[in-house]
Amino acid sequence: MTATVPRPTAAKPALRVLRDRVLRVAELVTTPLLPADYLDLIDPLRSGAALRGRIEAVLPETRDAATVVIRPGADWQPHRPGQYVRIGIDVDGVRMWRAYSITSDLGRTDGCFTVTVKAIPGGKVSNHLVRSTRPGTIVQLDQATGDFCLPEQRPDKALFVTAGSGITPVMGILRNHPELTDVVLVHSAPTPDDVVFGAELRQLAADGRIRLVEQHTDTAGMLDAAALAALVPDLAERATWACGPVGMLEALEEHWAAAGIADRLYTERFRPKVLVTGEGGTVTFTKNGTSLEADGATPILDAAEEAGVLMPSGCRMGICYGCVLPLREGAVRDLRTGEVTTAAPGDGVLVQTCISAAAGACDIDH
Amino acid sequence: MTVLQKKSDNPIEHLTPEDIELIGKELDEIRQGVMDSRGESDARYIRKVIDVHRKIELGSRAVLLASGFPPAWIAGTIGLSIAKILENMEIGHNILHGQWDWMRDPKIHSTTWEWDMASPAEQWKHSHNELHHTYTNVIGKDNDLGYGIMRVDEDQPWIPMYLGQPLWSFINACFFEYGIAAYDLELGAVIAKKQTGDPEFRRRAKQVLVKIGRQVRKDYLIHPLLSGPNFVATLAANFTANIVRNLWSNSVILCGHFPEGVETFEKKSIDGETRGEWYLRQMLGSANISGSKAMHILTGNLSHQIEHHLFPDLPSNRYAEIAPKIRDLFDRYGLNYHTAPLPQQVGSAWHKIIRLSLPNGWLQNTTARNLPSQVAKLWKMTTGAPKVRRALIREQAAMAAAA
Repeated sequence: MTATVPRPTAAKPALRVLRDRVLRVAELVTTPLLPADYLDLIDPLRSGAALRGRIEAVLPETRDAATVVIRPGADWQPHRPGQYVRIGIDVDGVRMWRAYSITSDLGRTDGCFTVTVKAIPGGKVSNHLVRSTRPGTIVQLDQATGDFCLPEQRPDKALFVTAGSGITPVMGILRNHPELTDVVLVHSAPTPDDVVFGAELRQLAADGRIRLVEQHTDTAGMLDAAALAALVPDLAERATWACGPVGMLEALEEHWAAAGIADRLYTERFRPKVLVTGEGGTVTFTKNGTSLEADGATPILDAAEEAGVLMPSGCRMGICYGCVLPLREGAVRDLRTGEVTTAAPGDGVLVQTCISAAAGACDIDH
Repeated sequence: MTVLQKKSDNPIEHLTPEDIELIGKELDEIRQGVMDSRGESDARYIRKVIDVHRKIELGSRAVLLASGFPPAWIAGTIGLSIAKILENMEIGHNILHGQWDWMRDPKIHSTTWEWDMASPAEQWKHSHNELHHTYTNVIGKDNDLGYGIMRVDEDQPWIPMYLGQPLWSFINACFFEYGIAAYDLELGAVIAKKQTGDPEFRRRAKQVLVKIGRQVRKDYLIHPLLSGPNFVATLAANFTANIVRNLWSNSVILCGHFPEGVETFEKKSIDGETRGEWYLRQMLGSANISGSKAMHILTGNLSHQIEHHLFPDLPSNRYAEIAPKIRDLFDRYGLNYHTAPLPQQVGSAWHKIIRLSLPNGWLQNTTARNLPSQVAKLWKMTTGAPKVRRALIREQAAMAAAA
């Protein structure tokens, strides 16, 4: 299997054009609703519908992690191993979006894919998915995205450094790339039972496909970069993929940079690294008319959603630019860098609302 | 009726400013209680209503393809009327209030919803949510009071033109959606001030015309055409369903603020109004309709008009649950919780429309015995010289006051 799966066209262009024409005519019949509003009653997963999926099963992995099997809509395009998908699910009636790494084998014949979710304390969506979600639930989807993937030219030697749910994209890679022959996986989890995919990983190790190093942090403590270097002496020769908490990734990035091999390290973050917070202020959405008080630590996206404003959103960690809106006037602070962006009246400085907090009053064109 | 501030038996005279603020506090708590418990069952409710509406509409439209067959015409017209009522009241009105924005579902959101109505959602939200709900029952501020074409208060001077009020109120009720569209455009005021050339007005008028065009084309052209030989029967069915829906929504809205005994307020009374005072105005300026659960749903829960006006953005399915608490609050503070069955409220509202179409006191002074002489006086009041008219109007008011 190769990493670059050809993207199939969802429907033949000619057919698609015809379908769109028919739907436009059908709008005359259904106005003010759209034909899709009625078609959704019949088949929410059909081709041409907003991309959705149906949860087919929730399979427990550990005491706080589960694999969610999702049957995607007809327009779903196969992912590349290591990529993540954004899922919008209603929790207590409120639509919430989160990104999860895809863990399934591309060779699945049932047309489903899986994500594996670890319930984090206080995490609304992760707890809901792991503990309360019932098969049959319809969820909203985006196409898979992300660059935490193997290059076309496979590395001879690979190292994966993961912690907690950071194993999920790596599992997606290991399951789909049996051609990797020299693999070291260093994984941290509190106890042996907390290792997500523990049995499968140990089996891979027993079969000689990977060298598995488990660090059980409840007893052995956290693994630092020096200890890692001792565990993997040929670290510099390996292409390395790391996924886990921000602190771990930073330590690795420093170590790799110090060794002059920063280009050999690929990292995947689940959450933005919040560096600084500012003073907050009144955020006004000029088209929508909503004004709200936001503190200097809360992304504008979160504050607006809390106030009932329908916001564009994406990865929620500052990479996909799906949440960008024009700042017409005022100042916002990038929570990752502390950098303040200002706009004079009438400007349209594009800002990422998911990682920007108010740094004084600001008007946003939305 | 006369504005509350001019009444001799002011119904809020017994309340101290502290009382009013305490009422406000209690209401804030009731509101918070619902906000904190909004959740999955509420979301399921609105999705269910939307689902039911779409299925009834689809089913009715399908049945109406055979509208030449009388039982199909009757069943289809009833179904379509119910669908249109559900769509306007429990679904459209409430979504456009932002009652369901908290779900963050872009398909059920006040900023994206469009409804089966002549008035574009955007314009209606401004005139309804901002003006009517903020200035509820304030004479001269709340255009919902008589929609600018009616005499809604004794203190408005009577002129003969108002004799036509019952008739044009009925015509307005039949074509209510167009009345609302004109009213959202402030068409009357724009024409009176000769501002029809204003580009902003033109832009909005165009929006309305485009919307009406789509609506009319759907109900009176496309669906009849789809019915083939039953073109005329389907057109008649759709027309009937629209009239039924219009009469229904007009009745519900009349019941909300127009029955006898609902208070109105002076413009200057709302200067510097506190939150507690605003709440109190909503409490006294609204009236409920009592009835079955089905009736509540078909009125879009505007049968809980008092609760709706206190908390316009709470999900409508929760009004019934807080109504007993609100009623208890009214009782404890000696206020009149105005509620009655639908026929009674509609009757009361129409009684008021008729009473105010006549000079002050005329209806009250008229008995079966003096009817001929009263009619003669009314004739003189309508056609006589200004001096005669004024004298007669004064006489009627004095007679009523003496009685």
